[in-house]
Amino acid sequence: MTPSGAEFVRQVKGQVDEVDPTQVHEVLWDPDVAIIDVRESDEVSAGKLPGAVHVPRGFLESRIDGAVGDRAKRVVLYCASGNRSALAARTLKEDLGYDRVESMTGGYTLWKDRGYEVDVPRTLTPEQRERYSRHILIDEVGLDGQIKLIDAKVLLIGAGALGSPNALYLAAAGVGTIGIVDDDVVDLSNLQRQVVHGTSTIGVPKVESAAKRINDLNPEVNVVQHQQRLESSTVLDLFRDYDVIVDGTDNFPTRYLINDAAVRLGKPVVSAAILGFEAQLSVFDTANDGPCYRCLFPTPPPAELAPSCGANGVLGVLPGTAGLLQATEVIKLIIGKGDSLRGRLLMYDALAAEMREVKVRRDPECPVCSRDPATISDDEMGVFPDYEAFCAAAG
Amino acid sequence: MATIRIPPVLRPAVGGERTVSADGSTVREVLDSLVGAHGELQSQLFGADGDLNRFVNVYLNDEDVRVLEGLDTGVGEADTLVILPAMAGGAPRP
Repeated sequence: MTPSGAEFVRQVKGQVDEVDPTQVHEVLWDPDVAIIDVRESDEVSAGKLPGAVHVPRGFLESRIDGAVGDRAKRVVLYCASGNRSALAARTLKEDLGYDRVESMTGGYTLWKDRGYEVDVPRTLTPEQRERYSRHILIDEVGLDGQIKLIDAKVLLIGAGALGSPNALYLAAAGVGTIGIVDDDVVDLSNLQRQVVHGTSTIGVPKVESAAKRINDLNPEVNVVQHQQRLESSTVLDLFRDYDVIVDGTDNFPTRYLINDAAVRLGKPVVSAAILGFEAQLSVFDTANDGPCYRCLFPTPPPAELAPSCGANGVLGVLPGTAGLLQATEVIKLIIGKGDSLRGRLLMYDALAAEMREVKVRRDPECPVCSRDPATISDDEMGVFPDYEAFCAAAG
Repeated sequence: MATIRIPPVLRPAVGGERTVSADGSTVREVLDSLVGAHGELQSQLFGADGDLNRFVNVYLNDEDVRVLEGLDTGVGEADTLVILPAMAGGAPRP
């Protein structure tokens, strides 16, 4: 008479070697032991043994070679309670010739009851899957890249013309934390280009106005409002909490301050500058052997040769283009894909519809990044030769 | 004649042109003839010591002439010199 299903499982469990979770815990990180999770994907997504490889029982025969190539290796299988893993163990031993196969008694349930550590893989909520579906569909981002974006912290220096497109698109992309440094309020003359703000927020602090718009676009983004000027006394504490710094300022003292603090902390800076119809962009990433802003420009031009867009005009769409190229670089840095603008300066001439690039070399004698970052003092940050005269002339 | 790309801040000094041509077989010669035709550029490009100002970079095609042979770097007919002064424009100072 053929046995019932339950009887068959009992028989198989009598034929295979079983091992208690306590013994498995002792060999958890042992490279000579392969731990295989034979459950279904939805069960694994709720948690698994650390370091275990997932080979669902339905794909056991076709995938086990990829997971354990050496048939002499000790293999421990587990499922939820110890039944499916016993059946799988029998297959590996009897049919596929694995020598040392064991099934863990009580499975993942007993392992957890014993209080042993588990790995809960990061997943997205159904709403996140839908919101970010077009990211998840491209290989270069995918689920892993989207999780990196959600975990990322980006600091925008300035919620103005360049900060606006960065704020909007980084928020839309799902960057989890966006800090914004700006002490200004929204003015009617800003709205020709500073599209994160609106007519309804004229007179409102820019950080608040931007936070409101960002959270309307993506309520999951944690917007940290730093309503302040960037000062050398606070810049290090501010930068420390972020992964990427976005420089969209309009003046040299702030650019040098951002550079020096970022070099000191080893944080990448995605930098853009705009004037008239022209934009310049680069990524300064000294932690990855890239040059810094001072390698490119050791000193700023004298004030009379350094117009800023406060006093000079700028085509409203230009900071949109430049800011989105910045946001693109930020996302690439976060997900670790593509070739960044590190070591390159991109020039975009909107009137000519031309892009050019030049190489930016790391200066072996750079006053800042050629040194041990720990030796850069607070007093030096943001300072350059003739700093006092520059600032006096610039007003 | 080599082509020289003029950045926005210097365009008023060359009558608004984005590119100009100038004679010369080295960077120094090309820039000298540029300055000869547009005198205003002298103080923008060169310091009192006759060297390039540190806030201006000059590239032969895409390479900084400072990592080549500086002002003595050779320039061919088909080459482009890019003049790049530091530019700070963006949001008002936060």
